[in-house]
Amino acid sequence: MITSLPSLPIGLRRLRDAAERLTTPLLPDDYLAMINPLWSARELRGRIVSVVPETADSATLTIAPGAGWRFEHRPGQYVGIGAALHGRFRWRSYSLTSVPTARTDTLTITVKAMPEGMLSGHLVRGLEPGTVVRLARPEGDFFLPEPPPPRLLFITTGSGITPVMAILRTMDRRGSMTDVVLVHSVPDPEAMLFRAELHDLRDHHPSFRLHEQFSRRDGRISLTHDLQRLCPDWRERQAWVCGTDSLLEEAGRVWADANRAPSLHREKFASARIGNASAGGSVRFSTSGFAVETDGATTLLEAGERAGILMPFGCRMGICRTCVLPLTAGRVRDLRTGTEHEGGHQMIQTCINAPAGDCVLDI
Amino acid sequence: MPNSRTVSQPAITQAVVTARSSTLRTTAGLSEFEVSRLAAELDAIRAEVMGDLGAADADYIRRVIAVQRGLEFGGRALLMVSLFPPAWLAGTGALAVAKILENMEIGHNVLHGQWDWMGDPEIHSTTWEWDAVSPAAGWKRSHNVVHHTYTNILGKDRDLGYSAIRVDPAQPWKPIHLFQPLYNLGLSLGFEYGIAIYDLELDKVAAGDKPWSQARAEIGGLWQKIRRQWIKDYVAFPLLSGPAAPTTLVANVVANVARNVWGHTVIFCGHFPAGAQTFTEDQLVDESPGGWYIRQVLGSANLDGPPLLHLMTGNLSHQIEHHLFPDMPSNRYAEIAPKVREVCARYGLPYTSGSLPRQYAGVLLTIARLALPGGGRRVAGGENAGWM
Ligand SMILES: Cc1cc2nc3c(=O)[nH]c(=O)nc-3n(C[C@H](O)[C@H](O)[C@H](O)COP(=O)(O)OP(=O)(O)OC[C@H]3O[C@@H](n4cnc5c(N)ncnc54)[C@H](O)[C@@H]3O)c2cc1C
Ligand code: FES
Repeated sequence: MITSLPSLPIGLRRLRDAAERLTTPLLPDDYLAMINPLWSARELRGRIVSVVPETADSATLTIAPGAGWRFEHRPGQYVGIGAALHGRFRWRSYSLTSVPTARTDTLTITVKAMPEGMLSGHLVRGLEPGTVVRLARPEGDFFLPEPPPPRLLFITTGSGITPVMAILRTMDRRGSMTDVVLVHSVPDPEAMLFRAELHDLRDHHPSFRLHEQFSRRDGRISLTHDLQRLCPDWRERQAWVCGTDSLLEEAGRVWADANRAPSLHREKFASARIGNASAGGSVRFSTSGFAVETDGATTLLEAGERAGILMPFGCRMGICRTCVLPLTAGRVRDLRTGTEHEGGHQMIQTCINAPAGDCVLDI
Repeated sequence: MPNSRTVSQPAITQAVVTARSSTLRTTAGLSEFEVSRLAAELDAIRAEVMGDLGAADADYIRRVIAVQRGLEFGGRALLMVSLFPPAWLAGTGALAVAKILENMEIGHNVLHGQWDWMGDPEIHSTTWEWDAVSPAAGWKRSHNVVHHTYTNILGKDRDLGYSAIRVDPAQPWKPIHLFQPLYNLGLSLGFEYGIAIYDLELDKVAAGDKPWSQARAEIGGLWQKIRRQWIKDYVAFPLLSGPAAPTTLVANVVANVARNVWGHTVIFCGHFPAGAQTFTEDQLVDESPGGWYIRQVLGSANLDGPPLLHLMTGNLSHQIEHHLFPDMPSNRYAEIAPKVREVCARYGLPYTSGSLPRQYAGVLLTIARLALPGGGRRVAGGENAGWM
């Protein structure tokens, strides 16, 4: 994760290999970064171009990525953003909302500030244009296949609209809008992201249908009850669902009951945590020799980062398995399910497990 | 954590002497209770700083790195025209200072993990490699683990005299020591090679404590690194200078040697001057956290001087603070030094400190004196060395 360099054009790579003779033990990038941080391909970086408010508690960040970035993501994928907060880098995942195209030099994400959240509030309200952030390559399998399926259904709540927005924008831009239904639920019109743009899309594309549900007025969406009414032919559609845990679970049930599980795609933004703040224990990191005391609601990933260890990670939500490490000894609890795992060189996801007593991780 | 400033402490001198002689040695005459209270006070000093780390600290190390890279770039650029003597002088000076900063305030401290808390993969103990011939990995093991754990324990701390030099009368004298003033000079000039060879722990291989296969792999890694360093300093940059190749080559040799001599000086002043004490292995038996702290204080010596001296020594001028809290960012040592000194004074622990010329003269005298057998009575853990 640390030493592998992003791919560069072959000519540039040769030049850099030659320059490395002069800069060893550093890389030429380390010197270039002194002039312009974006010239270093050692770590992916981006400069904040603008932060434009969308609603009262959300904003769209336009980011100009530096050397090594390729505008090759699939619409619907997310990136990791690492921003320094009080001197420490904090990482979170955000769906790209920009259209993947080679004819641009920026990307966008749209962030909703979570109450008591660690980083999202800082991204929405605390980032000056010009700030340099770290980026992790686009990832995720919640994306629109090419060519787009003839009939699509999107069900989203709140900021879960973001990956779908990237998909809709891409189909709009490429003139490939197929038969699309979007069912989107938010508390009220003021809290709705991209409202004007979605109306525009609806007005321009006869094949795009939009159902807005304002839960303060209309109540929450119940897929079991409302789906048939909102989209009678849902069984014939490829479906993408992104939103709260309960929505995703319900969708899983409904599609499974109808024997349609393969046509359902889900994206999770946050996991409800079952952790117990009083339990926990000491986590020892055997290779680096550090140990930290944590409560039972702090993930092993967070505990390691707090100790200053460069922990591997991707989505930080239990999806991608980038964070998997051997649990040599002790016991950990999965914060999503409450299931416990025992040590003995078992591989566990550090981003969704917390210690249940003392444990040892091999890193 | 108890707050050191709200708890009123009676002045304690070396009054309370417990009966067990081993306790007497490790605890500098303090009772077990006092030792644990001392540990709590030092823990509190550490916790206060570590809880306060933030953007200003992160800015500090990034600024030092930027200055260092700027100096190195500027120095190397000047050397391109080093046929012009003032350019040679300025270029060599800038390069030497850059190399010193790189090794001391940046490399040594980053490799200690002092900046790991930032979560920045580019300034992290696991990814950093320094501008010296010894690969960072071997150094981290022999320095961070062995030396910082077994500070100044004869027979355990291999830094004590770097295995070859007799710095303490308790080390048995051998005829080879007659030449130690000479080979200490050699070690000073080629310090980075000395460290590299030392990190291979060949003495352990000879004793059968370390597999030869591992040593061979490490020698391979060392050779790779030496080659890269040589190509950079002694081939590539001189060639780039065209007609100024010879003067650039000489400048690079001078810069590396200056860095070596400086590093050697600072490091020898950290542990071997008069006042810094050594210990025997039985100090380790049942050593409490407080006992460990005491050993760090007694075994280390600070250098007094202006902020520039602290920067150029990588803050090893605050050797005592560094040994108490090796993973605390070095920019914070100056601010805690008065507190540590005050705590030491209250518990009657000698806090050794002096100017660089004075301390270094003492070190050289010791090396000269101990080249001969005997050397006075320097009892492990005793009062200030009686042999100077
Ligand atoms: C694939 C993916 C894509 C995403 N895309 C987007 C996007 O496009 N836009 C967007 O706004 N967000 C997106 N997210 C969510 C985003 O990554 C962050 O999780 C979100 O911004 C909150 O981060 P935070 O640091 O502010 O909150 P955190 O500090 O991570 O906390 C999140 C919430 O959990 C609560 N919490 C924190 N710690 C605990 C604990 N120990 N126990 C119980 N509860 C706790 C907090 O109160 C807060 O409400 C995405 C997530 C994923 C995985
Ligand atoms: S970071 Fe993706 S599964 Fe843990």
